[in-house]
Order: sequence, then structure tokens, then C-alpha cells
Amino acid sequence: MSEEIQRFTCIVCPLGCSLTVTQQPGQAEPAVTGNRCQRGLEYGRTEVSDPRRILTTTISLTGATLRRLPVKTAAPLPKQFLLPGAEALRKVSVAAPVRLGEVILPDLLGTGVAVVATRGVPPGS
Amino acid sequence: MIPLLSVDVAVIGAGPAGLAAATAARQAGAERVAVFERLGEPGGILPQCIHNGFGLHVFQEELTGPEYAERFVVQAREAGVEFWLNSMVLSLSAERRLSVMSPQGLVHVEAARVVLAMGCRERTGPNILLGGARPAGVFTAGTAQRLVNVEGYLPGREVVIVGSGDIGLIMARRLTLEGARVKAVVELLPYPGGLARNVRQCLEDFGIPLRLAHATLSVEGRRRVSGVVIAPLDETGRPVLSRAEQIPCDTVLLSVGLIPENELSRQAGLELDPRTGGAAVDERGETSIPGIFACGNVLQVHDLVDYVTAEASAVGRWAGSSQASGSRELALVPGGNARYVVPQRLSAGLVPPFTISTRVQRPAGASVVRLGGVVIARRAVVRPAEMIRVDVKPGDWTKVLAEVGSEGCLRLEVEEERP
Ligand SMILES: Cc1cc2nc3c(=O)[nH]c(=O)nc-3n(C[C@H](O)[C@H](O)[C@H](O)COP(=O)(O)OP(=O)(O)OC[C@H]3O[C@@H](n4cnc5c(N)ncnc54)[C@H](O)[C@@H]3O)c2cc1C
Ligand code: SF4
Repeated sequence: MSEEIQRFTCIVCPLGCSLTVTQQPGQAEPAVTGNRCQRGLEYGRTEVSDPRRILTTTISLTGATLRRLPVKTAAPLPKQFLLPGAEALRKVSVAAPVRLGEVILPDLLGTGVAVVATRGVPPGS
Repeated sequence: MIPLLSVDVAVIGAGPAGLAAATAARQAGAERVAVFERLGEPGGILPQCIHNGFGLHVFQEELTGPEYAERFVVQAREAGVEFWLNSMVLSLSAERRLSVMSPQGLVHVEAARVVLAMGCRERTGPNILLGGARPAGVFTAGTAQRLVNVEGYLPGREVVIVGSGDIGLIMARRLTLEGARVKAVVELLPYPGGLARNVRQCLEDFGIPLRLAHATLSVEGRRRVSGVVIAPLDETGRPVLSRAEQIPCDTVLLSVGLIPENELSRQAGLELDPRTGGAAVDERGETSIPGIFACGNVLQVHDLVDYVTAEASAVGRWAGSSQASGSRELALVPGGNARYVVPQRLSAGLVPPFTISTRVQRPAGASVVRLGGVVIARRAVVRPAEMIRVDVKPGDWTKVLAEVGSEGCLRLEVEEERP
């Protein structure tokens, strides 16, 4: 095994630091440079082993003038679940009223990650 | 008779800028603060921005647009701000008189102070693109965002995005998640228009090609779009026609920038800065007409809503206080790699810290930001997509005044550091 180097942009905050992640053979944790903060360090490490993203999308809403309810995953989802997750949510529908933060699905596709509403829809709106 | 309303502060627009300014004005002591919003709900553009990434600076957590908006609406209501929804401001005079079309009919408003927070609108791009047949299927990226996220309507199946601004990048991902195929994002410049993080998480994550330094020559199709013709640029910036290619698609999104919405500002006759497209303001956000302030996207196009909130809170505090206007004897102009600078005027007697914003013309490595020759900040990299905001410290301001004296013209420069 030889040294493995990956370069990519940190997406944790808008500063968008250019990270370099180097995995030395036999070393447990890869080394991260280019990050300006601790969160960037953690992101650099998980990005090379288990990349995850928050999924945001909308679902169908009934019983309100608003027709779509925006939702997000309550935690980052393994990246390969982004497209299947969005597809699954396209078939989900809820009825108003909805509270901000209300759990819409407790477990998206067996990932253990819940889907929550990102806006409230009060009764009669 | 048309009713006349008297307020201390009238805020035009209930986007993040208007909400933060109104809240701050109340907190600074203004009695009656009214926000006028033409739409049926507050939040500005945020309710349609359903992706996460808002509020990292302000709340230290990653919120979606609607969540961010909801927090500020709650704050504003708790602070006692008066909301006028479905109320469009039709005119504004230099004497700070507004006419508003509201659900109660036409209302006249006289305001001791006015805060402009009307946001911006999207550029529709070079008209040559749409010459000829004008087929259906061409949208601005923001219109497509509203169609998909609020109205639940997918504008097309096979999409080409012209321009690589943030809204276009966000929409590339959004349409992909909704099952459309985004075939390319085409950018004229050799670097992306949007933030690096959006290039990564919206394009690279989904394998969407970014064609930098490519001109979009034409949009094909008679009734519906059938394709887009693009060509790479040579070193002189001319399209190489022999290498033109057609990308078949049924939908084109334009993401070619935003311009401040300044109809009312022009009506009132206040001075605009051609570099920003917004009002020329002093360190308090006060325009050339005393008592009229500006903040948010109507002042300068922001890429981060957090900065909108910070800017608008500061401006709202001034608008809500009863202090007299600044003396504004110093003019501030951009130099070096700086494309513009806000504020455009400074009062020599101002009390720091105050904030200066600028954007660069071209990407560069490690750079210094200088005010009147004094280094006030350093940046590891600078990109046109990212606004540079610097809080000028009291010590630095003293040095600046010692350098330039208290009258005349001050230069704000961004310059790459020589190794
Ligand atoms: C389509 C689009 C998408 C965007 N997406 C993002 C994003 O994903 N992330 C991000 O950080 N930034 C995004 N931005 C930038 C975003 O605009 C700013 O972050 C922020 O919303 C600007 O706040 P604002 O209050 O200045 O303007 P806005 O949010 O645009 O609010 C202005 C408000 O003023 C109202 N108004 C205008 N004229 C009048 C009038 N005459 N009378 C009454 N009301 C009036 C409008 O209806 C609107 O509600 C986007 C911008 C646009 C245009
Ligand atoms: S490393 Fe830290 S500062 Fe840099 S982009 Fe990532 S989170 Fe932001």
C-alpha cells in the first residue's frame, strides 16, 4: 500500500477551504491539511471513509394552499442514498397542519435517519 | 380620502434584510416600525431556498432557507414589528413619503426613516441567446426554483444550465434529485460563478459536467427548446466555432447573476453606484438622501444570507436611533483587484468598528486588503464569488486617518501578496 492523497473543497461552511487528505500506509487516521478549523478536519476524514450529506427536498402537501412541504434529513445520509432517498420521498404525502421540525418519516430506507419538516403549516393556511 | 399613516421607521421588503433591520430598529428604540411586503408571507426569497447551508455564522448550525426565515419572523414579531403583507410599495419620495397598495386599499405613509430592503432580481442574460424562434422551456434559475420547490412543478427532463451562479448550481442538484437529467452547466469565464462548496456538493457529487470557458452560442428549437449550442473560447476570448457542439435538451436555465431592485430608489432620486447597482451609502447604510437607508441585496448582491442579516441589523440600529446623519466627507473608491466597495462614503468622525464589503474582479492567491494604504485584513484566497467583509478596528482607523487626513478620497485595495 502506498500513500494516498485526495484533494477537495470543504463544504462544511461557505469559506470553502481546499483540503488535502493524506492516508499514510499503516496509519489509522488520515492527515488533513488546508482546513481552517476543527470541523474541516473531521469533514476531511469522514469524506474519504464514509461521505455523507443532508438531503433536502419537498413532499406533497394536502389540505393547505401551499402545495409542497420542504423537508430534510435530521442527520447526514450516506451519499449513495441521496438519489434513492429523494425518489422515495417523491411518493410521500402529508396533510396540513404540520409543525416545524415534525417527523415525517422515522427511518428513510433503513438508514436509521429521520426526515423532518423544515417549515410549519398552521391549520387553515 | 386616502388614509395617512405615520411611522418612525418604514421598511420596504420582508426578506432577511427587512426582517433584521426592522427588529434592530425596534430594539434601538423606534416606537412604530412597519414592514411592507408585497408577497403574502414574510421571508423574501428564503421560502423557496429549501436546501441547507443558511445560518452557519449567525446560529452556528446549518438551517434551510424556510427555517432561517421562520426564526427571523418570530424575532421580528416578538420585537413588536408591525407587518403589512400583500402590500406593495408603489412610490417613494425624497421626503420619505410612500404610497402602498395594501389589502385595505391605497395607503399613504410618512416615515421619519425609511429602510430599503427590496432584494434583487435575476438577470435574464444576453438577449441574443433568445433571438429567433423564442421556444418555450427557458427559465431563470430562480423562477425554476420557485416552480419546483413551492409549486411542485418540474420544468423539464433534460436540462442545460447557462451560467454557474449559486442558484444555478443549487438547481442542478435539485432537478437531479427530482429525476431530471442535467447535462451540463456552461460558464463563459474560466472559473465558476458560484461558491466552491456548491460546485462540489451540487455538481461533483452527482457527476454533472461543468464546462468552463465555454460560450453559449444559441438556444435551438421552434416551439420547445431542443438543444443548446456551445463552443470553447480561445485565448483571446473568442468562441472557436469549429469546435462548437450541440447539447440536446428540453429546458434551459439561466443563472447569470442578480441585479439590485432599485426602481423605488431611482424614483426617490438617490445616488446609485454603477459598480454595485445599489445605492451609494455611508458607514451607517444611509443613502445620499438623509433618513433613507439601504441593506441586503438591494444594496449589494450577497451570496450569504448570514451577511445580509449582519449588515441589515447594523443598518436597522442606525435607522431606529434618533442620531443625526453622518458627515460623509470621505469618498471610498475601489482599487487593485477590488471591483467595488461598500460603503462609498465615510464620516471622518465615525466610531469604529464598522464594516467594509468588497468583491474582487478575478481569483487570486494570498491577498491583502488595504484601506488608505493601511493593511486592514489578509485572505488566503480571494474569489469573485465570495464577498470579502472586513470589520475595521479602531487602531487601524486611527492609522488611516493619520495617513490620509480627514477629507478627500480613500482607496480600498485588494492586492495579491508577492511571494
Ligand atoms: C432566486 C434567488 C435564490 C437565492 N438562493 C440563495 C441561496 O440558496 N442561498 C443564499 O445564501 N442566498 C441565496 N440568494 C441570495 C439571497 O437573495 C440573499 O441571501 C437574501 O435572501 C437577500 O435578502 P434580502 O432581504 O436582501 O432580499 P430578498 O430575500 O429578495 O427579499 C426582498 C423582499 O422585498 C420584497 N419587495 C421588493 N420590492 C417591494 C416593493 N416595492 N414593495 C413591497 N415589497 C417589496 C420582495 O417581495 C421580497 O420579499 C438567492 C437569491 C435569489 C434572487
Ligand atoms: S475547514 Fe473550517 S473554515 Fe474551512 S471551509 Fe471547512 S468548516 Fe469552513
